Amino acid sequence: MKTVRCSILGFGAIGQGVAEVLLMKKEYLESIGLEILVVAVVDSRGATVNPAGVDLADCIARKRTKGTVAIEKLTGVEVIKSVDHELVIETTPTNIVTGGAGLQNMLAAFETGKDVITSNKGPLTLKYKELTEAAKAAGSKFRFEATVGGSMPIINLANEVLAGNRLKSIKGILNGTCNYILTRMLEERASYKDILAESMELGIAETDPTYDVDGIDTACKLVILANAIFGLDVTYKDVEVTGITKITPEALEMAYERGHVIKLIGEVSREKIHVAPRLVPINHPLDVRGTLNVASIDTELAGEITVTGKGAGPIETASAILSDLIAIYGNR
Amino acid sequence: MRVSMDIELKDVPGQMLLALQPLSEFKANLITVLHHHQKRTPRKTVPVQLVLETKPESIGAIKAKLEESGIRVVRVGEHRFRESINVVLIGHVVHTGIQDTIDEIDKTGFAEVVDLSLSMPGINLLSSALIRIDAVGKEDLKRALDILKKVSAKKDLLMVLPIDIQA
Repeated sequence: MKTVRCSILGFGAIGQGVAEVLLMKKEYLESIGLEILVVAVVDSRGATVNPAGVDLADCIARKRTKGTVAIEKLTGVEVIKSVDHELVIETTPTNIVTGGAGLQNMLAAFETGKDVITSNKGPLTLKYKELTEAAKAAGSKFRFEATVGGSMPIINLANEVLAGNRLKSIKGILNGTCNYILTRMLEERASYKDILAESMELGIAETDPTYDVDGIDTACKLVILANAIFGLDVTYKDVEVTGITKITPEALEMAYERGHVIKLIGEVSREKIHVAPRLVPINHPLDVRGTLNVASIDTELAGEITVTGKGAGPIETASAILSDLIAIYGNR
Repeated sequence: MRVSMDIELKDVPGQMLLALQPLSEFKANLITVLHHHQKRTPRKTVPVQLVLETKPESIGAIKAKLEESGIRVVRVGEHRFRESINVVLIGHVVHTGIQDTIDEIDKTGFAEVVDLSLSMPGINLLSSALIRIDAVGKEDLKRALDILKKVSAKKDLLMVLPIDIQA
């Protein structure tokens, strides 16, 4: 049995999802020879630390009743530097302006030779090169499948499963909120404003939806794909972005009558990185509805490969984190 | 080459099959068939538009064969436009001059706006238009879209392009 000591930094929906999945998969992980020992859980107010392993169920319960897991006043960086462990699971909220706590946590993790698995797009969007170089210099593993498309495998699919293929482009729907809004506008013949209000009520759109509806979130994911899969060195500024705020129900309807739906499509190739609403033929592989995400990878040898799945949700995102964890430590 | 052919069929069973036989005999590739069943001619025949791909030397023979079968061939012409695309425009489509937008494409000679649907839900609301552009070839279509892109940018219109077009 290999014991991997890890910390979970950020204990919002995703962090709790990771904890739940680790509890759920404890026996399975043991059956493949892995014991995952969570030695610290950190949220914005502090940390729970136990070198012998914290009680994850208790952490989730405390977070839900008291709003925090904090027992000690420790930050993520302090935990990284003071508690012995091998792996940092970084699930703090995305900040694409400064990189936020996530960037500091990742850099500190590499500085101390730890591996990092993350769902946090911000640091990767801003400092991809710096982070991958820091990881390489430290001999650390750095995986981030959960940053793009939630549960939908794309980075590992392109880099590992499709290894050897030269990839020409990736196109897809990488933001579930926009897909939900456009799907519902067409179904209800309702205005953007009305459906946005509905999405907020359902918790599908954030209180400040700018990040999603202006295409910024999709652009950030493309930046990660461009860097991680196409080997480019780009940031958010290199992406041409148009969001969905101008889309009208009439446009959706006219397009539909001619056999098309309108989707916010992100597209990345070596030549161009681009986010814009596009006409997609009805029943085209990219015509997925509701909050689903989808991506089509155009490959040199295998032709076009399309994957679809839930782009968000704590358990779905944790599924991607789990697959990264097994990829690093599993003896397969 | 691609050829469009307007023919007229008698309104009795088996006529379409009769019309298609010469095409198959001369190995012409049928691209589209538009059967205008509602639009009877004064002769009580049904107009049908065919677009086919065939060798230039076969056209005369196909026409003769059709006429031999009693099918009237009204017009045969080289089909100019081979490429077609739908584009959605959203913004103040009408106030900024839709005619002018269309003219910019039409005056190129290699592309034309052949269809337009327009929706103006209210004075202060954004209008939406769906236009179809036909062009002689792929390159011409691309040039037409570049023109439309410039016009759209100038008029602050959002242009929604099909997914298979290089953005």
